[in-house]
Amino acid sequence: MAKTDKRVPMNHVIGFVLSLVMTLVAAWAVIGSNLSTTWVIIFIMILALLQAGVQLFMFMHITEAESKNGHVPWNMMFHGFALAAILVAGSLFTMSFGFDHGEHGNHGGEGEQHEQMDSEEHSSH
Amino acid sequence: MHITDILVTGEPIIYGAMVSIALVTIAILFLLTYFKKWGWLWREWLTTVDHKKIGIMYILSALVMLFRGGMDALMMRVNLAFPELGFLSSQHYNEIFTTHGTIMIIFMAMPFLIGLMNIIVPLQIGARDFAFPYLNAMSFWSFFIGAMLFNISFVIGGSPDAGWTSYTPLSGAAMSPGPGQNFYLMGLQLSGIGTLATGINLMVTILKMRAPGMKLFHMPIFTWSTLVTCFIIVFAFPILTVALALLTIDRVFGSQFFTLTGEGLPMMWANLFWMWGHPEVYIVILPAFGIFSEVIATFAKKRLFGYSAMVWSMIIIALLSFIVWVHHFFTMGAGAFVNSVFSISTMLIAVPTGVKIFNWLATLYKSKIEFTVPMLWSLAFIPSFILGGVTGVMLGMAAADYQFHNSYFLVAHFHYVLIAGTVFACFAGLVFWYPKMFGHKMNERIGKWAFWLFFAGFHICFFPQYFLGLDGMPRRLFITNIAEWLPLNVISTGGAFLMGVGFVVFVYNVYYSFRYSERETTGDSWNGNGRTLEWATTTPVPYYNFATVPYVDEIDPYVRMKEEGKTTFDESQLKPIHMPSYTGAPIIMMSFLGLASFALVFEWIPVAIFGLVGGLVMMILRSFDYDDGYYVKVDEIKRIERKARGL
Amino acid sequence: MAAEELKTGPLEYRTQEGRMTILGFWIFLGAEVVLFATLFATYAVLFGRTADAPSPMELFEPGTVLVMTFLLLTSSFTCGLAVHEMRRGNKKGLTLWMAVTLALGLGFLGFEIYEFVHYVHEGASLPSSAYWSSFFVLAGTHGLHVTLGIGWATLLLIQISRRGLTNVTSRKFFIISLYWHFLDVIWIFIFTCVYMIGMVI
Repeated sequence: MAKTDKRVPMNHVIGFVLSLVMTLVAAWAVIGSNLSTTWVIIFIMILALLQAGVQLFMFMHITEAESKNGHVPWNMMFHGFALAAILVAGSLFTMSFGFDHGEHGNHGGEGEQHEQMDSEEHSSH
Repeated sequence: MHITDILVTGEPIIYGAMVSIALVTIAILFLLTYFKKWGWLWREWLTTVDHKKIGIMYILSALVMLFRGGMDALMMRVNLAFPELGFLSSQHYNEIFTTHGTIMIIFMAMPFLIGLMNIIVPLQIGARDFAFPYLNAMSFWSFFIGAMLFNISFVIGGSPDAGWTSYTPLSGAAMSPGPGQNFYLMGLQLSGIGTLATGINLMVTILKMRAPGMKLFHMPIFTWSTLVTCFIIVFAFPILTVALALLTIDRVFGSQFFTLTGEGLPMMWANLFWMWGHPEVYIVILPAFGIFSEVIATFAKKRLFGYSAMVWSMIIIALLSFIVWVHHFFTMGAGAFVNSVFSISTMLIAVPTGVKIFNWLATLYKSKIEFTVPMLWSLAFIPSFILGGVTGVMLGMAAADYQFHNSYFLVAHFHYVLIAGTVFACFAGLVFWYPKMFGHKMNERIGKWAFWLFFAGFHICFFPQYFLGLDGMPRRLFITNIAEWLPLNVISTGGAFLMGVGFVVFVYNVYYSFRYSERETTGDSWNGNGRTLEWATTTPVPYYNFATVPYVDEIDPYVRMKEEGKTTFDESQLKPIHMPSYTGAPIIMMSFLGLASFALVFEWIPVAIFGLVGGLVMMILRSFDYDDGYYVKVDEIKRIERKARGL
Repeated sequence: MAAEELKTGPLEYRTQEGRMTILGFWIFLGAEVVLFATLFATYAVLFGRTADAPSPMELFEPGTVLVMTFLLLTSSFTCGLAVHEMRRGNKKGLTLWMAVTLALGLGFLGFEIYEFVHYVHEGASLPSSAYWSSFFVLAGTHGLHVTLGIGWATLLLIQISRRGLTNVTSRKFFIISLYWHFLDVIWIFIFTCVYMIGMVI
């Protein structure tokens, strides 16, 4: 309980600065860098996961012992995100084969859709 | 708008149904008024937050829905066995198979099981109510009003007719204009929200309100199955919520998710629907496994064999249930690789399920089985369910599925797992826990008649359907004019009517037992064979469940308590008990949301907004309501307990 | 239950009821993750299906999106400060920081409404194509959550000003803070998967 007496909660400030920096880095990777599309996507997805971690662990008190809720909040978030990966990657996996964008679609975009699916697949493992 | 635009006209059967609905409603209103029961109904039932009463209301509604869904089934069977009769028009037939499927899954199987969970889970873990009793009442009313909304569709506006899976583009605005499909979307949405709330509520109840000393691996197996089921509910129902919302937005507000224009992707609906739909199958089967485990252990008079294997197999089934959804649409054309992946994950599920089957058999092995009615349902379950399970593995092989897909083979398969699994479990559980709910048992002799009729009817009805399917008869077929199919169809229809007779006998038994059964004097109703805490309560269960909460540190605690001559009641430990107050807010709030949904069905946007605002106002009022319940005084508890225990 | 009230620790965790409600809310957030994941999955599958409407690359403005992101990130930080003040027993600090949070939230909503109106003017609206349907529903669901959060938090501020910091009001406020941070988590993924990835593909 000692930390609540502090006027400024340092971990909140650190978390805030971290999330600002990560947002800017992500924006730079997209707008300013010359990485290939696949690597940009992998890189900014990792940044997004880290940022989510900042919110959960530094802002949302997910591991607080006084709650007496043990690992349940952590467990629900873990399974929620695991299922999110299954839903997104699984849908792309299932829906991308045997379908194209129809007559209006451009074929270059379709190829990248596969690429995106592959990267999702890897990040979910 | 003229009244005939809203009411369904031109079908003699539906006119008959309208008249009978009107007559039954008038009769109920008359009886309530004549016996001056309105106040009683409001005070004791409509405003209740007691988990036992809510559970009873769930089960009653589920039985009514079983009747409705069963009538649909019989009408379909009549049409198939006597094709030249012209009993149903093709449109009416489509509506009936749609409502049959939807009602049986969403408004019969789930509420029946949730009703049993409501009543039994707090009793099994030594809790006095749910974690959130107010939310529990809200869940019930959202289910009930959702179910009513769905059910009135056949007299007002017209029933949905795109199958219970409601595949797009058929169910989209272009091909199914009018309110029918909207009834499906709004009815499911409303009741789905209630189910999600129940899932959260039960999960917190089980995680936080267990008796002191009771670790997770001391919990009765039915409570375990409930916990695992709630985990699936929490993670699967949001998918349905979104899928339904997207299709609603498509139909009402003109978006292009599942349309054939604007580069919409109709098959995405199937993808989303089954991402929920497959876990849903386990939502209705895992609690059934829990019920059978309790019943089998009780009447084999042995501790359940392989308790931890049972628990872990349920957990593994729950996790696997999220990665098999594509096996419902192998023929969509996703390609060999996608199908192979999901074919393998599907077959993996057979492993933990097999573990459970062997554990039940091992529990029965060398035990003195007592053939009571719940035990008969459970014993009948094992071989029947295996027939369904094995054909499921056949369907799970993607290459073979191209032959079986959408044939009667599939119809037979899922009726074998859902009836032999879920429906048998509902009957077994209801008979088993009936004394806890109503203070008397159901008559055994009539119960056995109901069982044998239903059991025989079930196999006669569905076993031939495997062969019809292999012969190429497709599902959802309106008329069978192929001569070779006719004999098996006639047999199947005979079986269906036998099941109907079994159900009638079951319902008659409710009435008969109410009139003539002996009233219970002890809480341990099944010849003192109870193993878990619910049997340690007195019958009828006092509204606070446990006057003093026992300390539990083992599986089947009541067995040892009986050996040592103890009860859960310790008069020296009595303290005032905190209980929640009854409130009419949940039913009012859900009525507003029901009104909004009804308006949205007909796309009357202003009325829908009015209903939504009404619901929001009720939520705000709830937020400002600081009613903290009341305390039951020690003297009051003493008086009730002494009377119930004959002290 | 009230008899088991603890004497130490944060107010919101002192009663069994408080701990249960917070746990229930965590479970609800697990469900919310899946709800948004389904919308993300729909968005991902329908990506590129713009039909005759403009493509996202033509319409997305990195500047506006970054401003929105910073508004929401800052509001999440100030919301954390409000909870920090609550735990110090400082009702005034809580009200102040929460007011800042809600102002930032309103700013975010303003930009989002501007953005939506702008897209509609450019010919990309809900019925335009599968892609734009999924975009508007995904971003709109998040926006609806923010709107509800602002209304809910306002109600709680009224309750706190009337009743002060009690076990019950602290619990309610802690839960809205979880909700608010969670909306930030979702926004991070909308920012990354919708806007950033939309600009590279």
